[in-house]
Amino acid sequence: MITAAMVWEWVIKSVIICLIMTIGFAYVTLYERKVLARIQVRVGPNRAGPWGALQPLADAVKLIFKEELTPATADKKIFFIAPIITVLPMLVITAVIPWGEAVTFGGKTFNLYLADSNVAILYLLAVTSISVYGITLAGWSSNNKYALMGGLRSTAQMISYELALGLSFVGPIMLASSMSIMDIVHAQSKIWYVFLQPAGFLLFFVASLAEVNRSPFDMPEAEQELTAGYHAEYSGMKFALFFMAEYGKMIAVSMIGASLFLGGFLSPVGFLSNIPVVGFLFGNGPHWLLLKVAAWLFVMIWIRATWPRIRYDRLMALGWKIMFPIGLLNVVITAIVIVLVGG
Amino acid sequence: MSLGLIFMYAALALVVVISGVGLITSRNAIYAALFLVLNFITVALLYIALGAPFIALAQVTVYAGSIMVLFLFVIMLLGAEQLPIAEPLRGQRVLGILLAVAFLAEMMLFVMLRGAPTIAGQAVSPEFSTPATIGMLLFERYLLPFEMTAGILLAATVGAVFMTRQPRPEHKSALPAVREEGQE
Repeated sequence: MITAAMVWEWVIKSVIICLIMTIGFAYVTLYERKVLARIQVRVGPNRAGPWGALQPLADAVKLIFKEELTPATADKKIFFIAPIITVLPMLVITAVIPWGEAVTFGGKTFNLYLADSNVAILYLLAVTSISVYGITLAGWSSNNKYALMGGLRSTAQMISYELALGLSFVGPIMLASSMSIMDIVHAQSKIWYVFLQPAGFLLFFVASLAEVNRSPFDMPEAEQELTAGYHAEYSGMKFALFFMAEYGKMIAVSMIGASLFLGGFLSPVGFLSNIPVVGFLFGNGPHWLLLKVAAWLFVMIWIRATWPRIRYDRLMALGWKIMFPIGLLNVVITAIVIVLVGG
Repeated sequence: MSLGLIFMYAALALVVVISGVGLITSRNAIYAALFLVLNFITVALLYIALGAPFIALAQVTVYAGSIMVLFLFVIMLLGAEQLPIAEPLRGQRVLGILLAVAFLAEMMLFVMLRGAPTIAGQAVSPEFSTPATIGMLLFERYLLPFEMTAGILLAATVGAVFMTRQPRPEHKSALPAVREEGQE
């Protein structure tokens, strides 16, 4: 039975998730600029606050005060809602990711997730498949051929890589024999799935880079070919929303990947948790998820700093002719091994 | 049923009906497609409210997330956003309204004549809609229809690949031929 207390708990958790995603987005931009700068032997943002820590705030203030232009020939309504449609999936997608074990606080037990559903993986796929719309519509409504080409490219790319992404989910689902992410995380208490599913892990990593339009698959916004792709006509806060969606999706993808393949909030050094005072740092908890997400984001930024963008036809060939067959093969081999070993 | 539940179902139903009407009355094909997406997603929410999350998420992934994206893709590529004002089939609108009224009358007659349901609705266990149950049903009880659907889909895929296959060029690439002409 649904009680008022449960509804309030859901509302508060939803607000917390939205806040984490928006604040996370702000600091991932700073993280990326800092890491890129270090890789290129620069210092990076260091003027606003200590170590440039207030840089995201300064950027936000700047973007709010920028003039917002709407092209005269644009489709006004869709031009307005496209950035909103782009941001929504990124805000809701992490609802099924658990942050940690249930905690007891003031005599009540709180689960550290918004929803632990037995269709959680399907939910992830559904939200990913919806997230194509914002970019496509932004490209179309701008009434600009570069923006339209960017939108179409991203649609084709995201549909193609969704297949490999979906197939890479199947390995963990079969090994944990559950679609709930909490069950999948708990099933990794002995060994992380990255070791049992190396092919699935690589597939997920490459497909997720393509899904969030990150380098080397950032074809939709290739500067030298398409100026800025789907958001060429956007400025001010509307542009900031696209930016927010991109970085928020990076966080979401890292959280999903860490939960499916790297043991989520489980600690790799759980045996040390009996040490007094500092033991809780070695036990399971949200801080391990945070650490894994930070490491995952670092690799994404590292790839952006070092790899050139791949050509569009090669990108499609990679998706359909290499990743899709490998994904199918991985599913078949995993199934056979599970039957032979006996679950 | 509590008042809150009735209110929720009414709100969802209202969105479904409005997006359906928007779909058939928009003059712009992109708007029509977006109304259909909204319709699919709201119907999926109704499924979740009725305790069938698997079918709801499958509906969002397959219809709203894949098929409608391809629709939008084709509309944008062909530049066919503006639907023609004149009807290609004359009189279809009148016929459509007549058929709709007939259908509505039929449904109302059915509901009124049926009276009370003869078989009491069976209570379904919460396990019924889990992915595991659906998977077992598909692979055990309905294996033959499942495999037949798979065969039909495979045939359709092969057919699509065959029809869009480009004829193999005579030369490996078109460039050497151009260069020969230039030399002459």
